[in-house]
Amino acid sequence: MNYHWNWGIFWEMSPEGTGTYFDMLLAGLWWTLATSALAWIIAFSVGSVVGVLRTLRSGWVVMACNAYVELFRNIPILVQLFLWYFVLPEVLPAEMGRWLKTMPNAAFWTGSIGIGLFMSARVAEQVKAGLQALPRGQWMAGTALGLTTAQTYRYILLPTAFRIILPPLTSEMLNTVKNSSVALTIGLMELTAQTRAMQEFSFQVFEAFTAATILYLIVNAVVTLAMRWVEKMAAVPGYTTGH
Amino acid sequence: MAMIRLEGVSKWYTPQFQVLKDCTLSVAKGEVLVVCGPSGSGKSTLIKCINALEPFQAGSIVIDGAKLPDPKTNLPKLRSRIGMVFQHFELFPHLSITQNLCLAQEKVLRRGHEEAMAKAMMLLERVGLTAHAHKFPGQLSGGQQQRVAIARALAMDPIAMLFDEPTSALDPEMINEVLDVMVELAGEGMTMMVVTHEMGFARKVADRVVFMDGGEIIEDRPTEAFFGSPHSARAQTFLSKILAH
Ligand SMILES: Nc1ncnc2c1ncn2[C@@H]1O[C@H](COP(=O)(O)OP(=O)(O)O)[C@@H](O)[C@H]1O
Ligand SMILES: [Mg+2]
Repeated sequence: MNYHWNWGIFWEMSPEGTGTYFDMLLAGLWWTLATSALAWIIAFSVGSVVGVLRTLRSGWVVMACNAYVELFRNIPILVQLFLWYFVLPEVLPAEMGRWLKTMPNAAFWTGSIGIGLFMSARVAEQVKAGLQALPRGQWMAGTALGLTTAQTYRYILLPTAFRIILPPLTSEMLNTVKNSSVALTIGLMELTAQTRAMQEFSFQVFEAFTAATILYLIVNAVVTLAMRWVEKMAAVPGYTTGH
Repeated sequence: MAMIRLEGVSKWYTPQFQVLKDCTLSVAKGEVLVVCGPSGSGKSTLIKCINALEPFQAGSIVIDGAKLPDPKTNLPKLRSRIGMVFQHFELFPHLSITQNLCLAQEKVLRRGHEEAMAKAMMLLERVGLTAHAHKFPGQLSGGQQQRVAIARALAMDPIAMLFDEPTSALDPEMINEVLDVMVELAGEGMTMMVVTHEMGFARKVADRVVFMDGGEIIEDRPTEAFFGSPHSARAQTFLSKILAH
């Protein structure tokens, strides 16, 4: 192989004129972090609500939420992003479609929401599983004390369920970070997209992707460590959630 | 006047499976009722109906003037006035003992934290667990957890207490510490309905014993009569089995 290694490439100016190649990757990293964070906030909040609703005793609510989960879980994330980004503005009334298309940072907003909703289906699965892992007696004990259904979930069921599902939720957070790279297909210049741009300008493909790999590993190491810390903070003396 | 009155209560889990058959029963204020019967006879279902934790399809229940089923009855309020103790304690594992006792006082009865805490400490002293106030349920023995569960129910100042086999998940050496608390409670005039196979307890504190089988109330008699004179063959078989050892 006749490859010319050049680890100094990161400190050379990129032809984009916005700084060095390293600055380019950092800009990508910033969009990756922003997209992952917003997507996770959406995934966690929507997923929690849908997960809770799926455990209620109301037939049509459960059915609607099951349909939601199946829909978002079973359509490839790439297709979902294309639907939100390319198809939705066309099927909306002209005025709204135009507004969507000309919105600043459209790729970021669409990507975050699209990835967030895709991940919310998976979070909903976890939340439902966590709630169903609790003995039915816990619901009864809360209800028998006069707590409303909302209070029973808020003060009793959810705090225990979330403790049980902290490890799988950590995986879903990591998946959210990894999935954020799919947003490059709708033009978001996140880390993977910037890495490819760097490769195309400089032809230093190995250096570029090594740097990207390391940056992704660092981000996910931070997420993992942070979640370990959360698990430690949430641990209850004498209560093992068992995994 | 009856504190709890069931009139022809019937319940089906499925159209084919009737779990309660025309159950009629009343518990007067201050009365202690023991409910016994073979496993699967519907005892748990019966007391869950009284606390509106399970719906039923026929008949009615009146608790201190509040009627079931009745759309006008405020269910959370009704439930908060009836204490319930479960076979598996059902303490909230992520809350400390005092938090277990304060939660519903604050969220349902809207007591201030100080007041709730004072009540909690008073009740913990009563069940002999003051030293464990700061611990979590997982750090207590089964007997201690069940005494906390009784204190948690009492913290709501209930008008009646329902117990569903409160000692049957306990190691033998812990049964008495729980029964002692219940005997004391009965002595203070608490209205109680207790599902149990502890016949020593029944003899000592029950005013009446109800025997259920196959979803039906087969016998409902004063304690002396239940244990003394002849009764239905089914109750006799049941008693001979549980009194054999
Ligand atoms: N949620 C339920 N759905 C269907 N069947 C049930 C349910 N709960 C209890 N059963 C059935 O109802 C019968 C009575 O149960 P239960 O009231 O728990 O009896 P006991 O407390 O006397 O042992 C049993 O046959 C049991 O299997
Ligand atoms: Mg039972």
